[in-house]
Amino acid sequence: MNTLNPADQIETSIAEVDRARVKVDIRKLDFFYGRSRALKAVSLPIARNKVTALIGPSGCGKSTLLRTLNRMYALYPGQRAEGEVLLDGENVLAPGVDLARLRARVGMVFQKPTPFPMSVYDNVAFGVRLYETLSRAEMDARVEEALNRAALWVEVKDNLKGPGLGLSGGQQQRLCVARGIAVRPEVLLLDEPTSALDPISSAKLEETITQLKADHTIVIVTHNLGQAARVSDYTGFMYLGELVEYGPTDELFTRPATRRTSDYITGRFG
Amino acid sequence: MSASALRLRRQAVNALFTGFCVAVTLLALGALAAILWTLVEKGLGGVNLDVFIKATPAPNSHGGLANAILGSVGMCVAAMVMATVVGLLAGTWLAEYGQRSRFGAVVRFMNDVLLSSPSILVGLFVYELLVAPFHSFSAIAGAVALALLAAPVITRTTEDVLSLQPASLREAGVSLGAPLALVIREVLWRSARNGLLTAALLAFARISGETAPLLFTALNNQFFSVNPLKPTANLPVVIFNYALSPYDDWRRLAWAGALLIAATVLVVTILARMIAKDQRRP
Repeated sequence: MNTLNPADQIETSIAEVDRARVKVDIRKLDFFYGRSRALKAVSLPIARNKVTALIGPSGCGKSTLLRTLNRMYALYPGQRAEGEVLLDGENVLAPGVDLARLRARVGMVFQKPTPFPMSVYDNVAFGVRLYETLSRAEMDARVEEALNRAALWVEVKDNLKGPGLGLSGGQQQRLCVARGIAVRPEVLLLDEPTSALDPISSAKLEETITQLKADHTIVIVTHNLGQAARVSDYTGFMYLGELVEYGPTDELFTRPATRRTSDYITGRFG
Repeated sequence: MSASALRLRRQAVNALFTGFCVAVTLLALGALAAILWTLVEKGLGGVNLDVFIKATPAPNSHGGLANAILGSVGMCVAAMVMATVVGLLAGTWLAEYGQRSRFGAVVRFMNDVLLSSPSILVGLFVYELLVAPFHSFSAIAGAVALALLAAPVITRTTEDVLSLQPASLREAGVSLGAPLALVIREVLWRSARNGLLTAALLAFARISGETAPLLFTALNNQFFSVNPLKPTANLPVVIFNYALSPYDDWRRLAWAGALLIAATVLVVTILARMIAKDQRRP
């Protein structure tokens, strides 16, 4: 499998992921910021109920790829994507896709914590109220469940009416995770979720991520290679807008197929 | 030049510049203090209970400013309601939807022009629009003229305050499946609440002392009037008329009215400051 052609190598790895277990199938994806091309024919399967990590140096297109999956880029004129992103076989890039519905299915957590200026409870309930009409008791249960799974419940259960902005940075980020999973998305996109957190908070969040894959398909962008190795099942290495290598995390980190990947993971560049 | 000579020269330049800055600051503060002192000295004597409960008097008789206070408060409140609705929505559009478009740039430029347009022109415009066609000065016309002055302030500040909200907050709302309009109302406005409130208070401070636009629109009324279609008394025009009159009673009332406006603006500005300061805390 030590072929010199990265594209062939990726095709082989993709074949290894059971096609039926692919939740999101990215095919020949190009992305443009105005005239500059940020993604070049990226093809990548995202496995169902697994954690897929995207690694690579700054500016390589990891976050751009992530923001294509829920069409976050559509907020900004001048940004466009070409190719296909198949979510359960349905192309989310097609015109006429209900963006709000898509984003309810594909949730996102950002680099910096973004709690809304409202109570802890309302933060978590915000997204749920958009699509579901729950009784008071049902909503209470939903909020508790989400906070529990985000490993925050114990810390905030006595202060649910307190402001979300009053929590510590690590707690705020886990609140954002709780808010994201409360709407029960099928896919959860994490854009460097621990880069603004201290090591203890990061460890807690990593634990949360590992537990979440039972119910969600997770894609995580990270600069922390140790984190990618710890939490992910599959890893894609990107460089200059291209997917250089993709495969099971163990293999990619122990037996990288390309020189560029091994240079990056051993810290020789990037 | 030797090192010590260079140091001496720099110290001298530094002292000179600092001294100049201090002097200019003192000059500005001195002028402000002089104005405030004059106002308090001449106005405080005229402020008594009658000022708040009696209508403006005929020359050489006893009275107060109650009708003018009522008219001013009424027109300012009506103007602020109109200006806040227009300004908040226009500012939101500029910040969230028209940010990069050419039309947005044109709207922003026109708003800036309106922001610095002379208030007497605004008064004349409303006179042609709402006074001349109906053959009557009115409180409504006065309120519209004041709203035209306040709306650009609120528009501009709303846009600035919303632009300061982190993009990730907007994206976080949208990423939950909420339409952008809902995210703006439920998240961004809430997040920017203090800034928006400050915008409204500053706009209020701006219009509360305006005389020129009211001369052409609300004019004045010696008596109480709660009919918005009739000429209506207001503090700035009363001050303008009474201050220029030869009667001592009237001039005393003019000073009292000026003190009232200055005190109100002071309180509102301090309130705005306190709110803005509060916002810097997370």
